[in-house]
Amino acid sequence: MAAAVDLSHVTIRFGDFTAVDDATLSIEPGEFFSFLGPSGCGKTTLLRTISGFIEPTEGVVRIGGEDMKGRGPNARPTALIFQNLALFPMMSVADNITYGLRVRGVSRAERRKTAERLLDLIALPGSADKRIDELSGGQKQRVAIARALAVEPKVLLLDEPLSALDLKLRQHMRNELRAIQRRVGITFIYITHDQGEALTMSDRVAVMNRGVIEQIADGRTLYTAPRTAFVASFVGENNGFPGRVSAVDGEIAAVETAVGVLRGRNLRKLRVGSDAVLYVRPEALVIGRGSELFAGVAQTAAFEGTLTHVTFATRGDRPVTLTAAGRAAEAIPSEGEEVVLGFDPASALVVPAEGGAHA
Amino acid sequence: MSAGAVGRAILGLYIAIFFVYLFAPLAIMGITAFNSSTYPAVVPFEGFTLNWFAALLTDGEMLTGLRTSLWIGLLVVLVSVPTGLAGALVMTQIHARARSLYYLVVVSPVLTPGVIIGISTVVFWRDVTTITGLKGLYDGILMTVLAQSSFISAYCMLIFLARLQRFDRALEEAALDLGATHTQVFRDVLLPFLMPAVVSAAAIAFLSSFENYNTTTFAILADKTLTTVLAGRVRQGTTPALSALAVLIVAVTVAGAVLYEILKRREDARARVRRKAAQAADDAGLVPVAT
Amino acid sequence: MHSSVGKVLIFALPVVVIAWFWATALMERRRLGSLAPLGFVQRNGVAVATYLVLAVALWAVVMIVLPQLFMVDLSFRPKLPPPQVGGEKDVYTLANYRYFLFGSATDTSSWNTTHLQAFGLTIVASVLITAFNFALCYPLAFHMAKAAPAARVRLLMLLLIAPYWVNEILRAFAFRILLGSGGVLNQALLGLGLIAEPIDFLGLDVGLYAGLSYAYLLLMIFPLYNAIESLDTNQIEAARDLGAPWWHIHLFVVMPHAKPGIASGCTLVFMLTAGALAAPLVLSGPRTLWFTPIVYDRFYQAFNWPQGAAYAFILLIACIVFVLTVMRLGRLTLGEITR
Repeated sequence: MAAAVDLSHVTIRFGDFTAVDDATLSIEPGEFFSFLGPSGCGKTTLLRTISGFIEPTEGVVRIGGEDMKGRGPNARPTALIFQNLALFPMMSVADNITYGLRVRGVSRAERRKTAERLLDLIALPGSADKRIDELSGGQKQRVAIARALAVEPKVLLLDEPLSALDLKLRQHMRNELRAIQRRVGITFIYITHDQGEALTMSDRVAVMNRGVIEQIADGRTLYTAPRTAFVASFVGENNGFPGRVSAVDGEIAAVETAVGVLRGRNLRKLRVGSDAVLYVRPEALVIGRGSELFAGVAQTAAFEGTLTHVTFATRGDRPVTLTAAGRAAEAIPSEGEEVVLGFDPASALVVPAEGGAHA
Repeated sequence: MSAGAVGRAILGLYIAIFFVYLFAPLAIMGITAFNSSTYPAVVPFEGFTLNWFAALLTDGEMLTGLRTSLWIGLLVVLVSVPTGLAGALVMTQIHARARSLYYLVVVSPVLTPGVIIGISTVVFWRDVTTITGLKGLYDGILMTVLAQSSFISAYCMLIFLARLQRFDRALEEAALDLGATHTQVFRDVLLPFLMPAVVSAAAIAFLSSFENYNTTTFAILADKTLTTVLAGRVRQGTTPALSALAVLIVAVTVAGAVLYEILKRREDARARVRRKAAQAADDAGLVPVAT
Repeated sequence: MHSSVGKVLIFALPVVVIAWFWATALMERRRLGSLAPLGFVQRNGVAVATYLVLAVALWAVVMIVLPQLFMVDLSFRPKLPPPQVGGEKDVYTLANYRYFLFGSATDTSSWNTTHLQAFGLTIVASVLITAFNFALCYPLAFHMAKAAPAARVRLLMLLLIAPYWVNEILRAFAFRILLGSGGVLNQALLGLGLIAEPIDFLGLDVGLYAGLSYAYLLLMIFPLYNAIESLDTNQIEAARDLGAPWWHIHLFVVMPHAKPGIASGCTLVFMLTAGALAAPLVLSGPRTLWFTPIVYDRFYQAFNWPQGAAYAFILLIACIVFVLTVMRLGRLTLGEITR
């Protein structure tokens, strides 16, 4: 079976600016796939390319195995949910939902039936004849989803659709989106700068930075085995120690950093002499134990109930954060106290420095 | 008396004088419409009469003029509103380099005296008739419609431009994405959004055409509109029948304005209720999707 | 030069200008290749694109540009009986402009005082009326925009709009009833014994100037109101807080902000006053000549169309000069004035 969406060496340039650089990936049918990255990383451009609003400068976009070159947004089996939803304010809820069917010449009775079925799906029965401005934020969100689903697209594209909602509603809508996706069973491609959204909802996530796809993996892999310095620092909290690889021993590499030589897993098989960054998660740091040790002076402690975050000044430029949970939190050093911090090499990761060689 | 009170008194007096200046001539004209004196006068008030209104109804020339004016007004609406709309849409899409020249050309009729628009139109179509031999083109009503439309289209364009500034392009993209053709997007999304502007542009176009004199008097040739008939009458001498006509026009206008105001207030109130209902839905908590 | 050459140039001009812009746009598209933004036809669809292009071309070229160029063209041609138009004698000439200056197409020894005076009077009076209307409207516009409660603003708006839709001629007529020698004002003054003889307001041109000022009052107040309304009230309060006297606030805070509105109102009032036809016809005294009725007479009394076209062009130039002066003085663009 052909991939739902297949990008092959897609590059998009605006004048001298490269918005997307050589993106190649394949999204499976029925997958919930996210593009995660800071604003301006090219994820929205890529989404608009898939939906047909932008033609790629180079490369091929295939949907369901078919080359989409020269096919406008109205001739592609995709539906896009806009950041601001873009519901038609002059149409009723039902007319919004079935607009895609109306332009395909579906009869009025048929459309009405579809509208009611979809309103049931999104748990808004009886709202067919309401006006858009009678809906709350969350209801509008669901109508936008129903409108996109009505045209039975092979791929549903979502451009940060939750960003306009307040926090509580946003978390609620994450679950709903995932539930809807499971039920309709089509491919969802989701764009967000919020890693919580990407990690909780998606089967796989593509992390983008400055137009480049840095890594494609499921959430757990992104967290435990980031391939690049950007992914390591963007996904989750992380402590980075830049330096140079001084020794390699099987799976483990030693990095000479500002706080001393530290060892970690060398998944990228870096050679001696390469610029690298060693990353240790705050929860992997402990006080006074572990084989890799360095000195730190406690600065601030933020108590958060189950977790406590403590920052330390070290001989490096960046402060180091330690997260302690449960009992470990009881032994928090007081401000100004000098301690030895440690970790296990298996919980640390050595990745190439940003701008360094791509292995 | 405090300085503030003096200020307020001066302001009140000023506003009073301003509106007396604005309304006194019209009010006096209104009174003369009901005075049976054959010369328009307030004093002596010789007796209340509606004869001057009745006289209007039997005034054949004026009624013909009125009919011509209504026809021209209607045609001007039919020409100016679509033209102004096209002008505004082109303005939003035209290449940046050509935009200022384009703007200069299409806005210039607003800043050109009406007489000149009338003159240039007549001169142009007379020559076109001579060159092409099509005598039908040199027609007073046709030329009046074209001459008036040249600047009324610009009014309409400015109205549309103001509304277009608030248009969300994502709506067009959403419709396209759902499979609509470009023509369908225009018909289903852009036009409905612009509808309020279409209505006000049509109203402005009709009223501007109906009351126009400067352009019309040059372009109309042998035909007569209500305003050119009026101008002839007023120059010949004054009769209270003209006051009666003015009273009618003011009455119709004020009735229209009041009606508009009432409708607008009712719509505002409805919108407030809707917003409140939507807010309540959000506050009432979230209805989960059935699983 | 024979006038048929001019006609060819006139038709060629819009074609050349449009072709030039089209060609440069095309070249740019070619340079950008696939990066070029969606083309006009692509973006609007064939049906809508055709409507847009046709409507705008008809309007801009056939309804606006060509008539103006034809009028200017005609103003440089001699008055000829119809069979000779386009014939050998139809050559470009300055005779019509010479007539405006000297009262004769050939003799340049004496000035055409009647027409020159009328022109001068029209321009000077229009400037003064514009200034008067600004002074009259500014306080009310400011009050409505910044001081009055919302309900009162709505009422004032309604009161202002209502008389605007009364026909220009009827407005002039109202002043004639008011100021005529047997008019209401004279009767009142006579009745009160303040005067023994009726005052000839119309002969003294009081009627003309009052009527002209009155006719376009509202075209001053609305642009002013809109411009002042958009000023942040905090700025006025900050200035007041800093101890600025009231006249200082208006001169250095409100007016600079309202500049586009002031320019817009002044341009409209000047243009309409200088080009007014109804008020001068109905209200001017027997000895006063406004310029616009003279233009009208060139056409429909003297039947000298080339001369009428020349006079119209002179009026147009006066208006253009006024607009340019306003733009230069206020450092404004055309877009700001016509907003």
